[in-house]
Amino acid sequence: MTDLAELDALRDSLDHCVKCTICETACPVSNVSPLFPGPKYAGPQSERYRVAGQPSVDASVDYCSGCGICSQVCPQGVKIAEINSQARAKLKAQKGISLRDRIITRPTWLGRAGTPAAPIANWTLRSRPLRILAEKSLGVHRSAPAPNFAGRRFSTWFRKRPEPPASDPAHPRRRIVYFHGCGTEYYEPWEGERVVAVLEHNGFEVVVPKQDCCGLPLQSSGLFDDARRVARRLARALAAELTDEETIIVGNATSCTLMLKREAREILGLEDDPDLRRVSEHTYDICELLLELHQRGSLKTDFRPVPETVAYHAPCQQQGHWIGKPALELLALIPELQVRELNARCCGIAGTYGLKVEKYEIAMAVGSDLFRQVGASGAATVACDSETCRWQIAHGTQLPAVHPIDFLFRAYGLDDAGTARARPETALK
Amino acid sequence: MRRERRYDAVVIGAGTAGLVAATRLAQAGASVCVVAKGVGSTHLAPGTIDVLGYAPERVESPARGLAALVAARPDHPYALLGDELVAEALDWFLATARAGPLPGYAYTGSLERNLLLPTAVGALKPSAAVPETFAAGDARALGRVAVVGVPALRDFHATLCAANLNAAGIEAFPVSIDVERERADAATLTLARHFDDAGWRMGFSGRLAPLLGAAEQVALPAMLGLSDPHAVLADLQARLGRHVFEIPTLPPSVPGMRLFEILRHALESAGGRLAFGAGVVAHARDGDRIVSIDTATAGSPTTYVADAFVLASGGFHSGAIALDSRWQTREQLLDLPLQGVPGAGEPRFVASYFDEQPLARAGVAVDSDLRASGVANVVVAGASLPGAVPWREASGEGIALASGYRAAQVVAADLGVPTQTQTQTTKARV
Repeated sequence: MTDLAELDALRDSLDHCVKCTICETACPVSNVSPLFPGPKYAGPQSERYRVAGQPSVDASVDYCSGCGICSQVCPQGVKIAEINSQARAKLKAQKGISLRDRIITRPTWLGRAGTPAAPIANWTLRSRPLRILAEKSLGVHRSAPAPNFAGRRFSTWFRKRPEPPASDPAHPRRRIVYFHGCGTEYYEPWEGERVVAVLEHNGFEVVVPKQDCCGLPLQSSGLFDDARRVARRLARALAAELTDEETIIVGNATSCTLMLKREAREILGLEDDPDLRRVSEHTYDICELLLELHQRGSLKTDFRPVPETVAYHAPCQQQGHWIGKPALELLALIPELQVRELNARCCGIAGTYGLKVEKYEIAMAVGSDLFRQVGASGAATVACDSETCRWQIAHGTQLPAVHPIDFLFRAYGLDDAGTARARPETALK
Repeated sequence: MRRERRYDAVVIGAGTAGLVAATRLAQAGASVCVVAKGVGSTHLAPGTIDVLGYAPERVESPARGLAALVAARPDHPYALLGDELVAEALDWFLATARAGPLPGYAYTGSLERNLLLPTAVGALKPSAAVPETFAAGDARALGRVAVVGVPALRDFHATLCAANLNAAGIEAFPVSIDVERERADAATLTLARHFDDAGWRMGFSGRLAPLLGAAEQVALPAMLGLSDPHAVLADLQARLGRHVFEIPTLPPSVPGMRLFEILRHALESAGGRLAFGAGVVAHARDGDRIVSIDTATAGSPTTYVADAFVLASGGFHSGAIALDSRWQTREQLLDLPLQGVPGAGEPRFVASYFDEQPLARAGVAVDSDLRASGVANVVVAGASLPGAVPWREASGEGIALASGYRAAQVVAADLGVPTQTQTQTTKARV
């Protein structure tokens, strides 16, 4: 697709900007750093000076983290974050893509390489001298939160586990396609095991097709051509499973489901990809789906009390679904669970943004309000829908951060049923 | 499969009217969700509660002014609401602000007498209730005022403000303090975050104090912190040894952001939900009822099914009511009939910008319970209502607050979860 055609879809929204500055009040980055002048300046204002085929007018857009809050709060529907993502990609294409950005944006490569050698890979990621070396040679900040390789893959567990009991022909189970994403596959397979257990407890037949990255890390670092290729490939794999009108796709990686729902279509300009369109219309965030089931009266509510306090942070990419905070409504169903809603904007990490040496300090400054709120909440655990945000929160608060599904899993008593393996304590911090 | 949500009531719009309506409904025990395309009017307005400032002459007492307006203009929103309900809604708001998330930050004022506060250009504007950080600016108590400007803050010109205050008979002089030198262009938002920091504040007041001369009061653009403005005000007054007050500036409005936090906190504390980002793109109607609305959520629309809807989406300013190039005026979300639109052959606009524009009173047609004309389960609040010209009357927040409050009463009664007040028996209807 040409430069201009790709911009046209989003540029239509540009003239709706009334310069009200509401986006500026919400931008996590410009609120802590003078290096980013804010979404209004970098977006609707600078965009007027960007012309296809001409050099980028403004380098500061590289400091936009792509969190998307500006688009969410804009009362005029201007696609600020999406315009800025495209401007960032253009800037990157002009400046050249660093080796670092080519590496950290490929979770599938990293996962496949790290999983069989997990103990060594994890030791490497936690070795101070090697991290300093990585900072100097690659530009990955030495203190940035790095996940642990689980040393096993979710998809392998799913393939090899005992067959779940066959469905009663009188009450056929509803088929659901599970999109687990790379975080679940390589780093937190137990989260996927919990998703499967909760879905099966609610009568679903879970299908896990062979799948790959959604392209989000590539997109946010400006590697649009590669991002398009992997996004289309994933859409094809998932669309092939939509064999009837009833089947839907569900995911627990909320930024990856947002990529499938909206970002790949809008930011990468893939509106005309028929597979992606079908997938995007049929994809649910796990909490969105479970809340909908509950409001229709078809979610099981055989919850045991969980007498704990949990702080809930809705990550930016979850907020980008524009569906409110379904996790809060689900957690409120669990007896004796005290839920503290946090109202900080962003944890700072924004996928791979906070890993980069020139942005780590900004990311930590962005997250400081959230970390303070977690501390003040008195909670022993933080619930958050996005994996990279959980790693950042654990890094910033030294508290365990889990997907909200963990609490439903435990409240259903499924941890006793042995359907999913325990979450390793070492992975928490 | 379509995405679907179900609530007792769905409120469209997250400005003052929508947040108040939703909070009152949640407090009454209804399940309620606010859906909003984006953040609403709060961030763009001064954060004051202007109930009635001009009718058309300047109003000294909103209580007396309201009684007269209600009698004279039966088509005005206040006539549908009644002056007692306005008083009750204001009391509720003052208590809500006191119990809010900003420790000690209260609103002050009443319907008895308007405060008269300097604007950014040094005009004096009447407001019924204002943040405590504004209170010392009441013109009737002002002595010699130092008006403080920051060069990087291009939305506030202390010299202009002081000159116009002088013209209004107030002794004022400008003071410039060159902070934020690393920025060519700072907003009150940036400076407000600095004021939240006690160390930065100490440096600021240390540099400002010697410039104040014989000033009795110190006026600053509204930027005295976002997280703890009560403490910021107390600290500055102690350090400067003078009364300090804020003057609202151009958006983004720091006191407006505080107001939003107060209302959001009240809503969420009562169990109400907020979904930002997706605007209303479709609705389903069955006879005289709206059964559901669709919002443009990621991937595909979400259908919100509810027993009742509150339309608080605003008027022309928000785009919820639009005049198209063929001179058709339409309510954009639910296709509701309008009222107050000038008829064929009548002027819609007049030549002088500051005169009353006939089209400005257009709004969604409602009955005396604020129900949308011909729709039993849609109640209208805020700037969507017809009959008012808030910017001329200085009445916008008062209408938003009282109509949001009233909308919740009507919906709660329909739902069988009446709001906890004495209003049902005492409300005077005109």
